[in-house]
Order: sequence, then structure tokens, then C-alpha cells
Amino acid sequence: MNAAPMLNPFALFFASIFTSNILLANFLGMCSFISISKDMKSSNGLGLAVTVVLTITTALNWVILNYVLIPLNVEYLRYIVFIIAIAAVVQMLEMIIDRVSTTLYMNLGIFLPLITVNCAILGVSLFMEIRNYTFLQSVIYGLGSGLGWWLAIMALSAIRKKTDKAPVPAGLKGPGITVITIGFMAMAFIGFSGMLAVQ
Amino acid sequence: MSDAKAILKENLWSNNPIFMQVLGICSALAVTNLLVNTMIMTIGVVFVMAMTNLTVALIKGFMPRKVRMMVQTLIIAFYVIIVDLLLRAYLPDISRALGPYVGLIITNCIIMGRAEAFAQSNPPLISMWDGATSGFGYMAVLLTIAFFRELLGFGTLFGIQVLPDAFVPWTIMVTAPSAFFFLGIIIWIGKTIMNREGAAA
Repeated sequence: MNAAPMLNPFALFFASIFTSNILLANFLGMCSFISISKDMKSSNGLGLAVTVVLTITTALNWVILNYVLIPLNVEYLRYIVFIIAIAAVVQMLEMIIDRVSTTLYMNLGIFLPLITVNCAILGVSLFMEIRNYTFLQSVIYGLGSGLGWWLAIMALSAIRKKTDKAPVPAGLKGPGITVITIGFMAMAFIGFSGMLAVQ
Repeated sequence: MSDAKAILKENLWSNNPIFMQVLGICSALAVTNLLVNTMIMTIGVVFVMAMTNLTVALIKGFMPRKVRMMVQTLIIAFYVIIVDLLLRAYLPDISRALGPYVGLIITNCIIMGRAEAFAQSNPPLISMWDGATSGFGYMAVLLTIAFFRELLGFGTLFGIQVLPDAFVPWTIMVTAPSAFFFLGIIIWIGKTIMNREGAAA
């Protein structure tokens, strides 16, 4: 995991959507995933918001890491710096969207505060750092992971529409059956891993 | 003292962060394929949680309400950096295996949740106790998952071979889906017992 992977950008893009899906293979972004996936419309909005924020923050954190933290030799501060950068990006996006379009704000804006505490955002930045990605790879990895998350939450909320009406045991209702459904989805996504991997 | 006992019971069982609140599973499931990693990771979480709750309870009087989320995040990040540096210095192998998941303790919703829900309105020592016990509740569930995953996936416990060589390890236990299945089953068992208790009472 320490060596820089010599993946071509195209392979990295698809690997981060399917085989190394940030949610199903790395378990990131689960909290909001389980609570929001009850409703398909919200899932769509949150998925879009996560994709936008992930792409921007991964690129921004790459620049901060390589041009500020490493030259100053203060890499151990990266957790604090990354989380502040993420919070700042989210805050700014919220203000910009509010100015530009009210409908977009209604669809997207309400999900933005949720995103600061979404583990996927910080997780992708940390993976980017551990795997020594280049700038281009970081952007692609951020975008691909966001799309993968979006795909996973849409699929899950569609499945949940059915399982909500299914006669499952009382103790398994709600989060229990949802987690097991995610397990089956994870198995399906692992099926792609013979094609390419990014570890 | 009965207060402390009530909190212990609540955080370990009836209000367990994982199977009752379904929080903080993000950074957790990935480390449960080996017991040793799970142990180290959850000890880190217990430490961060107890110290965060203590700190938040101590300084809540000076914290402007508007920026308290940011302040709490920074407090959590501060303790996570301590854990990370300690792991790097003394347990470099495990630190490498845990990878980004140590840093992800910052976004573990349980910690922020306890700081918000408990430490903001209670005195320091009892808050610290609340943080630690929530951490133990989290630890108990994760160790249970890790126990089965390592046993069936590698035939070992804490790295020591316990199943005979004739046992064929289940590859799926090493991969992601098994963590979801076990978590689902644990939530199921927990909720069923809870429902029974509720019906009996």
C-alpha cells in the first residue's frame, strides 16, 4: 500500500467506482448512508453533494499536503488541517449555491452540513495521502469514489423500498435488514474485482 | 455511585452505540478481520472518547455555542493525533495495517454524539466515565464480530492457530461482506432480546 500505484487514470476511475467502492469495500460513509437511504429523493441529493464535495476536497487536500504540510515538515497535523479544509469547502459551497440558485439549494444545500461529518470525505483524503497519488490521480479518485458512493446509495434505497414492505422478523426490521442488504451488495461489487483492483 | 452504574449498563447494553443507535460503524468494520487490530483500534477509540468528553465538559463554560461543533471536532482531532503518533512510534506494523482508519476516528459519529448529548450538560468526571463506557460498548460489539471473522477466516485467534489444519478457511470472512452480515446478525439478536424485555416489562 506504500508504493505509488502506477495505474492509468481510466482504470483508477472504474476501480474506485466498482471494485474499491468507498462504501462497500472500505466501509466509509456508513452513518448517513443508513439513515438517508430510506428515501430515494434524499439519497439522490446526498449522492450528488458527496460527489461534488469529494472531488473538490481531495484535490484541495492534495495541494495543501504537497505544498504546505510536507515542505514545512508538519505532516502530523494533517488530520486537523484536512478536516478544517473540508469544513471550509462545505461552508463555501453552501453559500455559493444559496446565491446561485434557490432550487439547487433546496435540493442540495440541506445535505451539505451532513457532509462534514461523513467519513468518506476524510477517508478519501487519507487514502490519497497513504497511496501517494499524483494530482491527476487524486482528482480522479475523488470523483470516482463519489460516483461509487452515489451509485451505492441509490441502489440501496431502491432495494429498501421493497424490504420495508417485506415480512422480516421484528428484531431485524430497520437497520438490521439494511446492513445485511448492504452485505449482499458488497458481494455483488466484489464480483468486479477480477477485472481491476486498486489496493 | 449508582449513577455511574446506570450509565455503564445503559452504554454497554440498552443504549449501545452500535446495535441500538447504529452509529460509528464507518471506521469500525474495516478493522474487524483480525482481533489484534480490533483491540488496538477500540482501545484508541475508548481513549479518545473519554478524553474528549472530559475536555468538553471542562471547557463547556467558555465555549461559544455557535462554534461548538468546530471546537469539538478539533478536540477530537487533537486526541486522535496523539493516538496516531503513539501507534506509529510503538506499534508500526499495526499502524500500517489500520491505515487511514485511525484518522477516521475523528469522523466517528459516536464521539461527537456523546460529547453533544452528555458532556455538554454534565460535570467532567461523570462525562469521562460516560465516554469510556460508550467506548466499551463499541469495543464489545467489534470484538465479537472480529472473533468470528478471524476464527472462520484464518482459523486463528489473536494470531494463534486454534482450528485444526483440516479446517478450510472461509475466504468470505476476510472480505467486506462478512462484516456487514455479522453486524446485521448482532443488531438482530440485540433488538430481539430488547423487544422481549420490553414486552415482559
